[in-house]
Amino acid sequence: MKFGVLRFPGSCDEVDAQLAASKVGEAVLLWHGDRDLQDVDAVIVPGGFSYGDYLRAGAIARFSPVMESVVRFASGGGLVLGICNGFQVLCEAGLLPGALLPNANRRFTFRQVSLEVVERGTSFTSQCEEGERLSIPAKHGSGRYYADEATLDALEANGQVVLRYDPAENFNGSLRDIAGVRNEAGNVFGLMPHPEHAVDALTGSTDGLRIFESMRAAVEGAYA
Amino acid sequence: MRARVLVRPKEGILDPQGEAVERALPALGFGGVSEVRIGRMVELEIDDPSQLEEISGKLLANPLVEDFEIELLDPAAQ
Repeated sequence: MKFGVLRFPGSCDEVDAQLAASKVGEAVLLWHGDRDLQDVDAVIVPGGFSYGDYLRAGAIARFSPVMESVVRFASGGGLVLGICNGFQVLCEAGLLPGALLPNANRRFTFRQVSLEVVERGTSFTSQCEEGERLSIPAKHGSGRYYADEATLDALEANGQVVLRYDPAENFNGSLRDIAGVRNEAGNVFGLMPHPEHAVDALTGSTDGLRIFESMRAAVEGAYA
Repeated sequence: MRARVLVRPKEGILDPQGEAVERALPALGFGGVSEVRIGRMVELEIDDPSQLEEISGKLLANPLVEDFEIELLDPAAQ
């Protein structure tokens, strides 16, 4: 299984994402100016501040050459994971519903959060245990998930809300405590917390690995 | 042609920047200010102003959470 991690000017978590993915498979970096996805089985859009977050977080990255290929890859059913800024990029690109707005607490906040796995039957959470909560760090200034009420109702009805914050830890003010959503087809997933920073017991939690392991299971199942 | 696009958070969307400014004002001795909303202004030179609507909707604003307004600037007034 081969992961491709995008690298934009201003990305800062791509190396951690590559390291995390390399614990479950092969992982290569893909430069934002290239269109060639190098035959990867899954794409990770990493965290950071692509293009300096100019205009709006994710607004410019969405138009980069590599994103054209990612959009094609996703429409063909390829697995795409967006983390933090990557989630913002996927929303701006229209691959995921909604938008990420400035945090309600008006601060760039860095803290460990406890996430409820709302949907276990997904390509990104299948390796989570029943009732498991994931302890994963979040660090962002614009992570307040927003969509209109009708969209939120539809997301819940379709099982597209994959992860929720513990309501007591929803510092960014995300509507309905939403921390991660997938698209209707189920092959594109974005979340604000950083699973790639929770893959080693040395830093407190290995819960983030569940996400990467689930992606591997989905890919290997698909090609088995 | 010179044009200006004003982008603002949609009504009802929480605007933490506006709130922060609103809360700072009393400390400076300015009372009676409320409903502060912060958006952004983009000024540009454009050959074909009919493209402005699409440019604004696709890039300058995110129509899901922001409204935009296009003003064509009269060259005579500059």
